[in-house]
Amino acid sequence: MRLRTRTAVAAAGMALALLASGCGADDGDGGAGSKKVEVFTWWADGGEKAGLDGLVAQFKTDCAQYEFVNGAVAGGAGSNAKQVLASRLQQNDPPDTFQAHAGAELTDYIKAGQIEDLSGDYKEWGLDSAFPKGLVDSLTVDGKIYSVPANIHRANVLWGNKTVLAQAGITVPATTLPEFFSQLDTLKAKGVATPLALGKDWTQQMLFEAVLISKLGPEKFSGLWTGQTDWAAADITDAINDYKKLLSYSNKDRDTFDWTDAEKLVMEGKAAYQLMGDWEAADLDAKGFKDYNYSVFPGNGDAYQWLADSFVLPKNAKNPEGTKCWLKTLGSAAGQKAFNTKKGSIPARTDANATDYPAYQQAAIADWAKGKPVPSCPHGSACSQGWQGAVASAQGKFSSDGDVAALQSALVAAAKQYASK
Amino acid sequence: MTTRTATPTPPRTRPSPSPGARRARLRRWLPGLLLLSPSLIVLAVFVYGLIGWTVTLSLSDEHDALGNKGFVGLSNFVVLFTEDINGRFTHSLKNLLIFTVVFMVGALLMGVLWAFLLERGVRGEGFFRAVYLFPMAVSFVASGVVWRWLMNSGTGDQAGGLNRIFHDLHLGFLENPWWTDPDWGMAAMALPAIWQLSGYVMALFLSGFRGIPADLREAAAMDGASTYQLYRHVIFPQLTPTALSAMIILGHMSMKMFDLIMSVSGAQWITEVPAVYVWQTLLTSDYAKAAAISIILLLLVAVVIVPYLIYNNRVERRS
Repeated sequence: MRLRTRTAVAAAGMALALLASGCGADDGDGGAGSKKVEVFTWWADGGEKAGLDGLVAQFKTDCAQYEFVNGAVAGGAGSNAKQVLASRLQQNDPPDTFQAHAGAELTDYIKAGQIEDLSGDYKEWGLDSAFPKGLVDSLTVDGKIYSVPANIHRANVLWGNKTVLAQAGITVPATTLPEFFSQLDTLKAKGVATPLALGKDWTQQMLFEAVLISKLGPEKFSGLWTGQTDWAAADITDAINDYKKLLSYSNKDRDTFDWTDAEKLVMEGKAAYQLMGDWEAADLDAKGFKDYNYSVFPGNGDAYQWLADSFVLPKNAKNPEGTKCWLKTLGSAAGQKAFNTKKGSIPARTDANATDYPAYQQAAIADWAKGKPVPSCPHGSACSQGWQGAVASAQGKFSSDGDVAALQSALVAAAKQYASK
Repeated sequence: MTTRTATPTPPRTRPSPSPGARRARLRRWLPGLLLLSPSLIVLAVFVYGLIGWTVTLSLSDEHDALGNKGFVGLSNFVVLFTEDINGRFTHSLKNLLIFTVVFMVGALLMGVLWAFLLERGVRGEGFFRAVYLFPMAVSFVASGVVWRWLMNSGTGDQAGGLNRIFHDLHLGFLENPWWTDPDWGMAAMALPAIWQLSGYVMALFLSGFRGIPADLREAAAMDGASTYQLYRHVIFPQLTPTALSAMIILGHMSMKMFDLIMSVSGAQWITEVPAVYVWQTLLTSDYAKAAAISIILLLLVAVVIVPYLIYNNRVERRS
């Protein structure tokens, strides 16, 4: 009897304990008014980590009164970090600042009222004149700016293996799509099995957008994402057909490839060309491959398809003053230099000293200063994450069945579903 | 519990029978309930509570980070079947169907075959049993990475993995695109799963074979039954419960398949199944849609599991 009572009490106690632990109180990190600045990123290794470290060194001199706390979440090219971030924002426990692609990808946070307007600080720090006007315009939502870009990458760059191209007698980069097709034919005739190396969904999305820019020009292309250009139009159908033709020059196992696998084809001379963002320069250099050349995608002219990593000030951040010091460092000439020379991107500021940078970046800085900025959907500067997901799925389907009409109607449907929001 | 309550403990103080009887009754179920209550409460909150929460979410219009704006009834479900871009959801269901059928048939056939061979008395049975069962110890993620390489879809000079072996053996006609085939890719995707689970099915059937009393075999032999007749009419009919459990276990694993597909192909159109679709949708913060797919998935699994539970209950009550 006594034993039984004790058992019962123990059981009830255990139930309570489990309940208490299940409904867990807060994890009790950091007190209020702390000097800590938690910077949330997905830069956990490689050139990205090196860039972050460079920036942190600058932060330590500029903002000596604050302490940097690394809140990096590794894995999944940011997809893991985005999940952690979403749940922290929902629980109203934001980091002091977090990384996000600049542009349309921020709209969800802005609409949810989760990040603060930084327009005043832009003026104070002189950023509105240091960044090119086109970029500031794309960052502005209803007259307000919510993020500070750390860097600029270019998406529409065509990389080539010099030896393979020279063997096919190609010395001058193509400047129009028809020229490009004839080069690809030449390469094929010379026995290059895959003239154009390609990877899975988002890399296909990048190639398709490059074709769209060639077909529509920068203004009409940008209009696709703001509702001013019609996805159902005949010139889009033309672009899809050209893109389909491009796929026929690419490796058939593209859906199993990541961008680095496609890059390897180029490095090994099995492929001649690859379209990829300019992080490829840093990666090729890191892998010790020097025999490459680069040019803007044929027909893109001076369109500079940009994407940028940026940082924001979340609502209810524990240490907003510390965050502002971080953002100020990030936007400053010294901060952008510390970050970008290591990460392999170029500074968003136009007053950067090009000689501080390696060869590719020097060319990119010159192009950025005079080019026409156009956004990119797979990299978040043109469209929201939902739109991005829908397009990636449609692109994946097209890669396997080549159904032009289905791709176009999927693109129209995606624009209808996501553009209004 | 039952053994303890069986020992009669007479009430010590109260002589009157009716409250005593009530206390005895209370004593019979209260300690049991208290002991069970932690798991009951945890289950109620973390399983049934969260299922309920997911159901409400699936009926709402929480399609972005902005939060819930209201109740929309079943429209999320209807949209999945009628307006999803490119019929993405029905496509993922079709993929799941192909995967499930190939996986279950393959694993059952291999498992029964191995169990049958071992049961016939092979030398070194323990060794073979371990070899066949071992793949189950490997996680789907680890085997997925290896199979991703084995099922490299390059052919000819670009071939890798299995295609390379076929190529080098001059069996070029066997080279195939594996999971990248738009129509039957999911059948290839089922290969690693068959490889992993066949051993488990074998173990189930082996214990099933061993559970059949030797007298039955002897009796059949006495009656002059051939080996075929022995298996057809005596052994196999007794294995029905085993086969049913194997099918249920494989079936519900197959419905929820996620890790294997993610490590072989990553999330993409050709190999998308509902579980992967849920994850993709969550990444774009479309919570209501993700919840709706999850509920459909739960119902699909329930269709498999619930009849089994009912059947099991009935069998247990009978015995």
